[in-house]
Amino acid sequence: MKALMSGNEAIARGAYEYGVTFASAYPGTPSTEITEEFSKYDGVYAEWSPNEKVALEVSIGAAIAGTKSMAVMKHVGVNVAADPLFTVSYTGTNGGLVIITADDPSLHSSQNEQDNRNYARFAKIPMIEPADSQEAKEYIKLAFQISETFDTPVFLRSTTRVSHSKSVVNLDEPSPRKDTTEIRHNRDKYVMVPAKARLRRVEVEKRMEKLKEFAETFPENRIELNNTDVGIITAGMCYNYAKDAFPDYSYLKLGMVNPLPVKLIREFAAKVKKLYVVEELDPFIEDQVRALGIDVVGKEIFPYTNEFDPGVIEASMTGGSPDTAVELPIPIPIRPPNLCPGCPHRGLFYVLGKMNAFVSGDIGCYTLSFMKPLEGIDSCVCMGASIGMAHGMSKALGKKGKGKVIAVIGDSTFIHSGITPLLNTVYNRSDVVTVICDNRTTAMTGMQEHPATGSTLQGQATKALDFVSLGKALGVESVHVVNPLDLEATRGVMKEELAKEGPSLVISQSPCALLRSKTIDEIVPLTVDPHVCTGCKVCLRLGCPAISWKRFEDLGDLKIEKKTKKQDGIAVIDASLCNGCTVCAQVCKFDSIREVQ
Amino acid sequence: MSSSTQSILLAGVGGQGILRASDILSLALMEAGFDAKKSEVHGMAQRGGCVTSHVRYGTKVYSPIAKKRDINILLSFEIMETLRYLDYLKPGGRVILNVAEIYPPAVNLGEARYPSDVIAMVKNHVNNVKIVNASELADKAGNSRTANIVLLGALSSLVTEINADCWERVLRSSFPKKVVKANLAAFELGRNP
Ligand SMILES: Cc1ncc(C[n+]2csc(CCOP(=O)(O)OP(=O)(O)O)c2C)c(N)n1
Repeated sequence: MKALMSGNEAIARGAYEYGVTFASAYPGTPSTEITEEFSKYDGVYAEWSPNEKVALEVSIGAAIAGTKSMAVMKHVGVNVAADPLFTVSYTGTNGGLVIITADDPSLHSSQNEQDNRNYARFAKIPMIEPADSQEAKEYIKLAFQISETFDTPVFLRSTTRVSHSKSVVNLDEPSPRKDTTEIRHNRDKYVMVPAKARLRRVEVEKRMEKLKEFAETFPENRIELNNTDVGIITAGMCYNYAKDAFPDYSYLKLGMVNPLPVKLIREFAAKVKKLYVVEELDPFIEDQVRALGIDVVGKEIFPYTNEFDPGVIEASMTGGSPDTAVELPIPIPIRPPNLCPGCPHRGLFYVLGKMNAFVSGDIGCYTLSFMKPLEGIDSCVCMGASIGMAHGMSKALGKKGKGKVIAVIGDSTFIHSGITPLLNTVYNRSDVVTVICDNRTTAMTGMQEHPATGSTLQGQATKALDFVSLGKALGVESVHVVNPLDLEATRGVMKEELAKEGPSLVISQSPCALLRSKTIDEIVPLTVDPHVCTGCKVCLRLGCPAISWKRFEDLGDLKIEKKTKKQDGIAVIDASLCNGCTVCAQVCKFDSIREVQ
Repeated sequence: MSSSTQSILLAGVGGQGILRASDILSLALMEAGFDAKKSEVHGMAQRGGCVTSHVRYGTKVYSPIAKKRDINILLSFEIMETLRYLDYLKPGGRVILNVAEIYPPAVNLGEARYPSDVIAMVKNHVNNVKIVNASELADKAGNSRTANIVLLGALSSLVTEINADCWERVLRSSFPKKVVKANLAAFELGRNP
């Protein structure tokens, strides 16, 4: 049977067909749907772990117990999981362990553009890289086969374009499952103290030698001989881009990017007149080909940054310019993503923006508040960084920083990596006020459950983490819960906490607008009374997509008396977008915003 | 250049149902026997940001995204967004333009003006422009949320490789029972206004 599937759906399907029964992951674009889709198949266990390090450790444990398991994460997640990663390379895996890294060339939804092929070399772990959904489905099986054959963890690398593109996939029946789990003691292999690890270290090198031989005959490393004037070495989605631009040239398509098939590369190079390596981001293949003494064209013509498309490759190889912009007589206003109407983050950041403090930010929907008009966040580095950075800043500033340093962090992000730095503000005592933007979900990546929501990925009710008790247990003495849709209460709590000595914790709690619209029976939208609005534009400073500015001349038949000499229009609320959060009504000094009757 | 591959670009704003429409289009192309690939570009959190979806089909499709100057049909869900992607259009390419206006933040804040004579500008660059009022037709179909399917219907009259039966089959399988009727009506109103 045929189906149209995204790369992520195909990876999940392939894992299911192959008899994989275990997945642990932390959400992250573009990897999230792999675990979500996998979790829906019969007879599998899948979980959201609190972060990627835990996710990998969970999968390592499951693999040692004998299951086929996969740990799934976005590229920066591998940074978090790097500690167990480098040593599971030594222990090997027993049951079959695949780590899926979904990279994000062009930073469509990430804070950096790192090329995780480097991890494969660094940690001495084989890596395979599918180019479309059909390959994604097959390669996850190959990854497990390699893991099982060579007793090694295996990387499957995807990119945004592979994960999120849809293409035609042939479905197969799942193979019958066998329970292969049992407790096996093997301390020589799994207790990585120096004496044992030194021995395993040698095994790793032996394994890499065997894998190099394997790569030479791995059928997914294949030469397509055509016009031999030009030969292109490439892998993953770049193969499709290049074939689209230059269907008649010869190709060495690498399904496995670590280790590389040296003999095959030499053989291909000898057959073509001019050799190119086409790869996004780092010159990962190129550098290794050059080290073989082979003359090759690469990053001197292709960009280091951003994802490619057929046009980028064509322009680089023909010396043309991909820039074919149509000249327009007017500039087109940009359209950045925005916090939703009714988003609880809006009230909080409206208040924080007026505190005259440094707001050390983190990663999540709330990061969007850095933009105009809220401008509510001053930094964002990686998940969990907000609290540690605020602590460091507060310590460095000393008295000058008193009452002026705030850390804000989402609920999922706090659980991911905010607990230890909060403990640090207590242990090493700083005056940081930490605010958890608790919208009861992992909103940015599409509303995943987490340990404080009371439900698991597979829909089981579970114990919900209580932030207040946790804060107190860590030693934070001042802990408060506030509703960010109540501006006055939020302002009051923040002012009080900033004035206090020592660390404090504020839990800014109100469900995500997307949850709210599902749980509230009736949403009562608001409207602006055009005859009361003075056109002061204060409500526009909330940046709510439901509120817009209308000039008098754009109002059609509606006749309005000016309240001030300078007034040239009024604010208007689009009732179809408004979800009745009332924050705009609270900022209006003229009481012009009311419920729609 | 793989000249047999045809490319359609759907463009608009998050929340307009672009991804749903391009999914249905791709399924219909697959059902009609083509190799089909589709790919989206949208920034983080999607909400309110630009969304585009490339759909490509032919006997063998490699890249799921088209390069600039390679789009046969631009289906634009929002007036101003049309301008952003004109440089993707092939010479001789066609545009279907929905008359919806959705203000970006700078316009809402009163800092920028929404461009006023976009349709004339588009017609200046493209010979073959078809204007659709999707929300009006969606209301006529009995469900204001079917505007994306109205536009798919309008597109279907240009994608002659898929027959009406095939469309109907795919549409029926794409919606929960209770909204199938409204969506079929919306599609028909877009196809034969
Ligand atoms: C190490 C790492 N893993 C995953 C991500 C992807 N990611 C970005 S923010 C986020 C969670 C956001 O949830 P939350 O903190 O609850 O904030 P919200 O979006 O709900 O406001 C995730 C999973 C990332 N950027 N870095």
